[in-house]
Amino acid sequence: MGELLKVPTMADYMAEGKQPEVLFWVGSAGSFDDRAKKITKAFVKILNKADVDFAVLGTEESCTGDVAKRAGNEFLFQMQALMNIEVLNAYEVKKIVTCDPHSFNCLKNEYPNLGGTYEVLHHTQFIKELIESGRFKVEGGVYKGKRITFHDPCYLGRANNEYDAPRALLKTTKADIVEMKRHKSTGLCCGAGGAQMFKEPEKGDMDVNVLRTEDALKTNPNIIATGCPYCNTMMTDGVKAKEKEADISVLDIAELIANSEEL
Amino acid sequence: MHYLPNIIFAVLLILGIGYFTKNVKKLIRNIKLGQDVDVSDNKSQRFKNMMRIAFGQSKMVRRPVAGLLHAVVYVGFLVINIEVLEIIIDGVFGTHRIFSGIGKPYGVLIGIFEVLAILVFVAVIVFWVRRNIIKLRRFWNKEMTSWPKNDANYILYFEMVLMTLFLVMNATDVSFQNMNNGNIVSQFIAPWFSGLPESTLHVIERAAWWIHIVGIFIFLNYLYYSKHLHIILAFPNTYYGSLKPKGQFDNLASVTKEVKLMMDPNADPFAAPPEGTEAEMPAKFGASDVQDLNWVQLLSAYTCTECGRCTSACPANLTGKKLSPRKIMMDTRDRLEEVGKNIDTNNGEFKDDGKQLLGDYITHEELWACTTCNACVEECPVSINPLSIILDMRRYLVMEQSAAPAELNNMMTNIENNGAPWPYNQMDRLNWKDE
Repeated sequence: MGELLKVPTMADYMAEGKQPEVLFWVGSAGSFDDRAKKITKAFVKILNKADVDFAVLGTEESCTGDVAKRAGNEFLFQMQALMNIEVLNAYEVKKIVTCDPHSFNCLKNEYPNLGGTYEVLHHTQFIKELIESGRFKVEGGVYKGKRITFHDPCYLGRANNEYDAPRALLKTTKADIVEMKRHKSTGLCCGAGGAQMFKEPEKGDMDVNVLRTEDALKTNPNIIATGCPYCNTMMTDGVKAKEKEADISVLDIAELIANSEEL
Repeated sequence: MHYLPNIIFAVLLILGIGYFTKNVKKLIRNIKLGQDVDVSDNKSQRFKNMMRIAFGQSKMVRRPVAGLLHAVVYVGFLVINIEVLEIIIDGVFGTHRIFSGIGKPYGVLIGIFEVLAILVFVAVIVFWVRRNIIKLRRFWNKEMTSWPKNDANYILYFEMVLMTLFLVMNATDVSFQNMNNGNIVSQFIAPWFSGLPESTLHVIERAAWWIHIVGIFIFLNYLYYSKHLHIILAFPNTYYGSLKPKGQFDNLASVTKEVKLMMDPNADPFAAPPEGTEAEMPAKFGASDVQDLNWVQLLSAYTCTECGRCTSACPANLTGKKLSPRKIMMDTRDRLEEVGKNIDTNNGEFKDDGKQLLGDYITHEELWACTTCNACVEECPVSINPLSIILDMRRYLVMEQSAAPAELNNMMTNIENNGAPWPYNQMDRLNWKDE
């Protein structure tokens, strides 16, 4: 790692008596999963480059409770939610951005009714805003001529009807974007949702991530783009199962953008 | 004896509508066995959804072939029913084609009916072929055996027969053919009967007329026992369908109460209820039987027409797991029917039959295979949400029975202990920045 990342915490801002423009919700995967940490860092590089006044909660952040809720543990979810809301409200957080569509959905849709109302953006939406307002520019070119297919995360797409932001960002890389047959609202899940990430699948003919990888391989891509740390893991495993890891890389859109700008 | 046909007709009409009404009342009673849920908000948005999704068939065309064919049958059903009005008036008053007096417009109407009838006939044949010859996968899943499979075909046969009778009735109606006003299709059928004496034609015409209208009465009463109920319930179901983003799952208010109490440092967990109030029964978390679901979910179970679009989009089902969102809805309906019959035979009281939806109909394995991806919800042409039922039953398994798979229990313990689904210390959450 060449230059140091600037990652201030909300506590730092508080100490200076200032408010950041946006809170970056890193999420558990983004904090602890080795692959997802790279996505987190790529996004931070973009934030740094665009001079965005952001902060993280750091050690004050805790699991949103999303995965517990989908597993049926409403108690645990609400305990996590109420704890997080207390912290977020104490810091008077107004706007949140996250790289995880599950945190995005949970914070955006399920926290308000428990007392936590914030403007919540997925990182693809936030980067798109940065580009549109001229705060961040993508020259592109690194991926020119590459074929990229985008796997829609269920909790960004179907769950919240956001199909355009990730695609708009992919366009800026000047790559050739190829769609899978099942995409946008008919996109197939990667197999990780609903707490499946943390358990073995039920008995069946094949794993969901392999089926989804087959969908992607049919587009003959160089890169499978994702917008969710869990999808990224599942698709990476799928590509390995198909022994294609030498030819196809699985990258988050934040990484594609950061790489495009050689950040 | 001159009035005998009128009397027979009136009796059949009363029987047909009466028995149907009785079943509708039962249907409403069964749906009301569900928990209350507030769906009184956003009336105008709800009405718009109903007009767009049910009346306008907007989601049917996600699958263009089936969508187009269905639109034909649907429009045919709506429009040809105007003819049923004439038949009923004729039947009761002993008139013949009472509306024909209006002249030219009558021909236009009947002409439209005849064209639609032949289109419906063709569409229904194609439906039958898709089901029985091409054998589209979604019509042959495990849950589509015995009654569900036969039910689907009976409906198609019914429609074929009704359309045929309608056209034969017109073709053999000598005075109607002589009017030459609106017999667009039947004029080509009429020659098949040429050479028959007029009296025989009259008998055929009367027979077709009677069988047609009696067939409609039977079909009306068949609805309650069939997936075909969707022709009525699609409307309320799309009206009451969720208006929230699909990713938003409801927060259980009963849990919020408990969690807030738990987190309140001033709360006394052993406090007696205030003077004069009954101690509240603790709420049951999640659903193990149909009565635990809300009434919109139960309405949805009756609305499901078993088209299987949900199941054909379900990642778990596509990869050979036992979960089928359609089966979740069918099981819910079948169990609700069972509970309803139980109430009927026990003088209005439900007597415990030692069965429930969870376990006896829907297995744990099915519930745990769901990825909560909302593909089933997205696909449903009539706004059914099978995922909400799956989640409610998971809630029961986890919060009432602690019956989650072991790996999920580990994950949840991790969240409880260190605020992440993996066993990492919360104090290490920011370590990535310096790695």
